[in-house]
Amino acid sequence: MSSLPTNYLAPSGREEAWRFTPLNRLGGLLDSSVTLLDHASLAPLQLPAGATFGKIATAPLAQNSDEATLRVRSAVLQTSALAIAANAEISEPIVLQRSVAGSAPEASRLLISLGANARATVLIENIGSAVIAEEIEISLATGSYLHFISTQEWESKTVHLGSHHVIIGKDAQFISTVITVGGSLVRLLPTVEYSGPGGSADLSGVYFSTSGQHLEHRMHVDHNIPNCKSRVNYKGALAGESARSVWIGDVFIRAAAEGTDTYELNRNLVLTDGARADSVPNLEIETGEIVGAGHASTTGRFDDEQLFYLQSRGIPEEIARRLVIRGFFAEIVSGVKIESVEERIMARIDAELDAVAK
Amino acid sequence: MSTLEIKNLQVSVATENGFTEILKGVDLTIKSGETHAIMGPNGSGKSTLAYSIAGHPKYTITGGSVTLDGADVLDMSVDERARAGLFLAMQYPVEVPGVSVTNFLRTAATAIRGEAPKVRTWVGEVKEAMASLSMDPSFAERSVNEGFSGGEKKRHEILQLELLKPKFAILDETDSGLDVDALKIVSEGVNRVKANSDLGVMLITHYTRILRYIKPDFVHVFAAGRIVEEGGPELADKLEEKGYAEYVTH
Repeated sequence: MSSLPTNYLAPSGREEAWRFTPLNRLGGLLDSSVTLLDHASLAPLQLPAGATFGKIATAPLAQNSDEATLRVRSAVLQTSALAIAANAEISEPIVLQRSVAGSAPEASRLLISLGANARATVLIENIGSAVIAEEIEISLATGSYLHFISTQEWESKTVHLGSHHVIIGKDAQFISTVITVGGSLVRLLPTVEYSGPGGSADLSGVYFSTSGQHLEHRMHVDHNIPNCKSRVNYKGALAGESARSVWIGDVFIRAAAEGTDTYELNRNLVLTDGARADSVPNLEIETGEIVGAGHASTTGRFDDEQLFYLQSRGIPEEIARRLVIRGFFAEIVSGVKIESVEERIMARIDAELDAVAK
Repeated sequence: MSTLEIKNLQVSVATENGFTEILKGVDLTIKSGETHAIMGPNGSGKSTLAYSIAGHPKYTITGGSVTLDGADVLDMSVDERARAGLFLAMQYPVEVPGVSVTNFLRTAATAIRGEAPKVRTWVGEVKEAMASLSMDPSFAERSVNEGFSGGEKKRHEILQLELLKPKFAILDETDSGLDVDALKIVSEGVNRVKANSDLGVMLITHYTRILRYIKPDFVHVFAAGRIVEEGGPELADKLEEKGYAEYVTH
């Protein structure tokens, strides 16, 4: 073990965190003999007043034990940093577009920080074909508000391992919308911790896995501070022989976190035979002095009652089916609140549904 | 003038212990403009009758026929039945998350009318129908039936009745779970459609209360899977007074 060049260990597949992931499809991202390219692949399309973007040498904000994240930290010397000044209220979304180097495995580190009472929407558009490991750390100061959107609209060969970690300050609000429709293998870790009471996190996501895709989302919400709130709502649909999805929802309520209010939900719609969705909600509670804690997970076939209802209004079966499936996605996609992005994603989902129907 | 004719209809449903027969030979003919109240105790098969006519896959037709102006309804798919002119207002309307009421109504109207309604007149049509049912305009942007109260769901059913203009409507316990105000609004909606069209109505109910607002031409008592007594509106008064005891064998 001492011969490994850095302080991480390549997973064997037996670890809980990696047991669902096809490790032979990582494109070298966890291979210690492969050097990850240090490539700042995100850049803003436009920077509004109150926002700055640059590269800085910075220590990570939080500990992280994820192997891919540790590789990113050792590979990246200068972190891209998007900072929103205190009290800045930016209504236009700040779009960070990904331009990858190519097929060589690369690493990306981004820090997003919001000053006290700042408000902003940040959209990360993942497009193109890449083999990439990334870490995004987000720091929200007191009373700030961030809508964080990450779309994975990758082309079909992409491998993407990512960690999105947010530290939510006192009375700060974090809204996140994660949309994963592209890529060969995408494994994202949206994780949350709090640094002051009154913080809230609203994490929603949607994934559509078709043949050959492995789409994995592993949430972890650490209620380490009293009187904070979290909501998780992830939905996924699967279609095609080897379509795979994994959703893990870990919520940890520490003894100190009295007054916690949390609920997490994962719903999977399996549209064809051969597809497989794994869904594992975990709730660990160390104090009973909470407002509420719950979780629900469902994985099922198409709801025939919905189909009957629509058909009984004259809507032909195929149109009714499409309406229900589009509705399933639209519930989350509409949370992006940027019309052009919503339309683009729904168009992609439509095209994939058309391909599946053939 | 249209006719919905149900002859000797027999329906079973699959249970853990095999098939159970629920409808044991129902005969009923409804003509345009007529309102027939189907009244009976819980579990008598009233809803099964409604859902069987609409074509719910849970029910298996084992005998008899249903025809609409001579056309075999039982041979049609669920959506074909609706396009032929049948409408079922459900007791428990289904939630369809992510599908807005606006989108749903327009898709349904397009299917029923055979062409997309003209945008300008359609918006007005929907607005007017919603206003007459005392529905807040914000309803249009909500997901179909999702988070609706019981009363809101029933109003939404009647809204569809107004917009889709069927030949025959089956109202399955539309009165259940409604307070007096909501019952009045919903009943007025049904009466408005009747006044503006030649709608035939099959009004399924457990209670006589809704018959104060929607006047039936005929009353049929339903018990143990068949019609056991028929008469005019006066039969409802008798049921109001004496209940279903004499029709139920214990």
